[in-house]
Amino acid sequence: MADKFDEASQRELTEFLERQQAQARMSSQIQNFTVSCWDKCVTGTPSTRFSRSEENCLANCVDRFLDTSLFMVKQLEEKRIQSGR
Amino acid sequence: MTARKEAMMNSVKQELALANAQELMNKASERCFTKCVTKPGESLSSSEQTCLSRCLDRYMDAFNIVSKTYVARVSRERLEGQQAGLQDVL
Repeated sequence: MADKFDEASQRELTEFLERQQAQARMSSQIQNFTVSCWDKCVTGTPSTRFSRSEENCLANCVDRFLDTSLFMVKQLEEKRIQSGR
Repeated sequence: MTARKEAMMNSVKQELALANAQELMNKASERCFTKCVTKPGESLSSSEQTCLSRCLDRYMDAFNIVSKTYVARVSRERLEGQQAGLQDVL
């Protein structure tokens, strides 16, 4: 039995691992968002289901965090352009 | 060869899924301990246990809401193909 994978298999495995890593990064982000947004939105004693406002807060929290990241990148870019003048 | 390759791929997927589940449970335990066990006693009271059980369910709900929102947003950004898009910050 050969010890190594053939070239085609190696390429397939490399692509597979890259996809898995991308997915792992996404999972990690989701975990972080869950913790942060839980802290922001779920302030009281846990009950048998979320209130409508808690649900909305959690969904909004994710979108606003992503908006924040985009905004920060834009700000940085603008400052970079300004300081270049 | 194919069986070995598939076995390897399945093994990687399983490890990642397990790590993800463990992280979720660790964070849920931390958050719910903070919420429900404010003055640790000699054992977990039944009201503490009830609180913890509900809290775990809510944490899972929160995870699901966050996952759905995140995935939907990322898909939307990819479709719109913005220049300085989420691809740059993700």
